[in-house]
Amino acid sequence: MKTLAELQAIKEKMKNKVVLREGSGEIRIVVGMATCGIAAGARPVLNAFVEAVNEGGLSDKVTVSQTGCIGCCELEPVVEVFEADKEKVTYVKMNAEKAKEIVQKHIKGGKVVAEYTIASYKS
Amino acid sequence: MKELSLNILDIVENSVKAGAALTEILLEETEDKIVLTIKDDGCGMDEQMVKSVIDPFCTTRTTRKVGLGIPLLKMAAEQTGGGIDIVSKQGENHGTIVSAVFFKNHIDFTPLGDVVSTIVTLIQGHPDTDFLFIHKKDDKEVQLDTRMLREVLEGVPLNCYEVIKWTQDYLKEQYEGL
Repeated sequence: MKTLAELQAIKEKMKNKVVLREGSGEIRIVVGMATCGIAAGARPVLNAFVEAVNEGGLSDKVTVSQTGCIGCCELEPVVEVFEADKEKVTYVKMNAEKAKEIVQKHIKGGKVVAEYTIASYKS
Repeated sequence: MKELSLNILDIVENSVKAGAALTEILLEETEDKIVLTIKDDGCGMDEQMVKSVIDPFCTTRTTRKVGLGIPLLKMAAEQTGGGIDIVSKQGENHGTIVSAVFFKNHIDFTPLGDVVSTIVTLIQGHPDTDFLFIHKKDDKEVQLDTRMLREVLEGVPLNCYEVIKWTQDYLKEQYEGL
């Protein structure tokens, strides 16, 4: 059984780490979570990003957050990746599998997965 | 929406946007129905707004002119023979209560789906807001109060991954007994 004592132990472990993390977040992954996004399947996409980033040991430089409607509801779930000094990348028609792939290839490997971007979808 | 839990996620986002410090999500399940109550202490709406949120052409979003959160919930409830009710107050004791009744045995009842995922997603996205979640079924219940977790965590954010994982397992284990 999960107990509050376990949560207490997590707190002790994280207390120092969290201070270190403040001010980081070189890469921001933002998932659109308005009605359109949620209806199209944004919840599992968000959770896949959270899991892949953390299990992949990338949490020190990557933050995953939620936002409202990004504006192209027909292409939801939509995900934006912001990286310092780089142009924003917008991924469309996302699912959990694509999310894992993007963490591997783009976030970890530094190579944008062109075929899932809005640019590729529109052309 | 494929699951009611997604409607819940969507409606609670409104509470957070209204500046709620605490949002209570209550599911009361009996043999033939589910009563959902979402109660927040956000800024509330005036009478005109309460009337108009049921209209799909009302939205606070600026990217387009249609909002669908409440109309979708209303549809999900009404298609089972149930319905929704909204009570909201501005000024003193401000807040909003959205309640919905669903008849479970109706052929058009949308399954509840992954409620744990909805709660975890809300906490992940809004770690500084409090949520009280209770799912009652017969004489048993599942409960999570982020205020209690916050007290234990003493400043460690509720959306730090280890905490999220703990919360998820904590809820899942409770659901095994429901």
